[in-house]
Amino acid sequence: MILNGRCIFRGQAAGQTLCTSMGISFFGGVDPDTGVVVEKGHELFGQSIAGKVLVFPTGKGSTVGSYTLYRLKKNGVAPAAILNAECEPITAVGCIISEIPCVDHLPQTLLSSGLTVRIDAGQGIVEILSGRIENQ
Amino acid sequence: MNLTEEEKRFLNDDSAPSRRKAMEILTALGTIYGAGKLITVSSVQISGVSYDNLGEAGLEFLAQMADGGGKACVLTTLNPAGMDIEAPQALGISAEFAESQRKVIDAFARMGVVTTCTCTPYLAGSLPHFGEHIAWAESSAVCFANSVLGARTNREGGPGALAAALTGLTADYGYHLSENRVPTIAFKVETRLAGTQEFGALGSVIGKALEKAGVKPLPYIHGIPVASLEELKSLCASLATFGGTALFHMEGITPEANQYTAPERTISVSRQDIDFAIQSLCGSAPSAASSTRLPDLYSLGCPHLSLNEIAQVARLLEGKQVKKEFWITTARLTRDAAERMGYAAIIEASGAKIAADTCCVVAPIQGRFETLVTDSAKACFYAASKHRFNTRFLPFEQVIAEVLA
Repeated sequence: MILNGRCIFRGQAAGQTLCTSMGISFFGGVDPDTGVVVEKGHELFGQSIAGKVLVFPTGKGSTVGSYTLYRLKKNGVAPAAILNAECEPITAVGCIISEIPCVDHLPQTLLSSGLTVRIDAGQGIVEILSGRIENQ
Repeated sequence: MNLTEEEKRFLNDDSAPSRRKAMEILTALGTIYGAGKLITVSSVQISGVSYDNLGEAGLEFLAQMADGGGKACVLTTLNPAGMDIEAPQALGISAEFAESQRKVIDAFARMGVVTTCTCTPYLAGSLPHFGEHIAWAESSAVCFANSVLGARTNREGGPGALAAALTGLTADYGYHLSENRVPTIAFKVETRLAGTQEFGALGSVIGKALEKAGVKPLPYIHGIPVASLEELKSLCASLATFGGTALFHMEGITPEANQYTAPERTISVSRQDIDFAIQSLCGSAPSAASSTRLPDLYSLGCPHLSLNEIAQVARLLEGKQVKKEFWITTARLTRDAAERMGYAAIIEASGAKIAADTCCVVAPIQGRFETLVTDSAKACFYAASKHRFNTRFLPFEQVIAEVLA
């Protein structure tokens, strides 16, 4: 199945999805050295976002979060791509300076954790290759 | 978004990677906010300068943008850094921090950014006129430029402001558009206010009321017959901190106010409200016990002091000795003028410290003091939330009186 969204930052990626229905604050919410979510009470608490296609509705928190994404990238533990319902400036700027493909305006209900997806962010295209598809 | 042929070329030009990155940031922000086009700006103010806020990742990004040939193409100034660039040791800043901070400043300098580090660029050579489009990031300066000067800017983030500097462009949305500058709610001030502390308290009263009212934070203030530059500077910092306000109109004071009638929905501000706000800004923070802490830091200069204020400090300190740790923070240009006028010599002879380029909000002083004593509502907020200090919020003259007591 192919989903069409809006390009926030170009680039191609493929990988396994990691989904949450909660917003993510990269600054203070994700350990920049390991890529593990450290925000207490977060659905993804304790899980690593490294190499994942990270799916969340929208970003939140401090604008310094853009630099946290940059640090994750430099440490080799950034997500392979980010998919949002509605991207906001912290995540958008973070993806651009870190060269992480990013697409938004995607129907989040069609995405769940553990899917294998291929992304052409420049075209806003997310292709679901295998795995469970919910709500179908 | 509609881009010109030149803008499209910049967006795909691999030979100028930093400019390309800047265009990517601007077009993404424009897309998110629904801007129709990019517009030219005449000046830029960049935030995210203190190494205490940037960290190593921020420094690496700035160095990469400088290495990639990024050059500011409009007048671009910087927010305060984490130390006095010319005298870091004066405020007890570590050599390690100073080295990292220098690298940040060097990266900006390589990009042609004017390295006057101040939150009051409008007092230090960057003064936009009415209706001029700019891209500023310091929240108190954004509020001052939009409201008091009538220039037009959104509250930029650090990388967004840098992107504007390297292209001379910003996305056309928000406060750049006239339809978004209409006030949403009125505040009637029913008491006479005087001094930076009381205007700061007003900012916190209005800021908190805006949040409660759940409206876009664009207040129309009436009932203030007269306000000084310094009082407005203080109000702007406080409104931005407590209300997220980037623009207000003040009847009889700010240049766009007469274009609007006061919104019907009105909140009154009484003497009691101001006094309550002053009390609330004094507080104890849950502080990690530390034997290395000094008891109190007295500080004036958030936002950076004007030359007038420094003259007043000098007048009150002349021939006396301070008995407390007392920092006066200001812009480098203002400090230079204070030296010319002999104010700096008087202040330093008293034992007080004048630091340029920095302030008590962005300097790495977490854990060094128990309590911050200041006339600034904004500084109280960050002292409690960022540095975990207790706060005491006093009038300007009383801060100095206590320093001498």
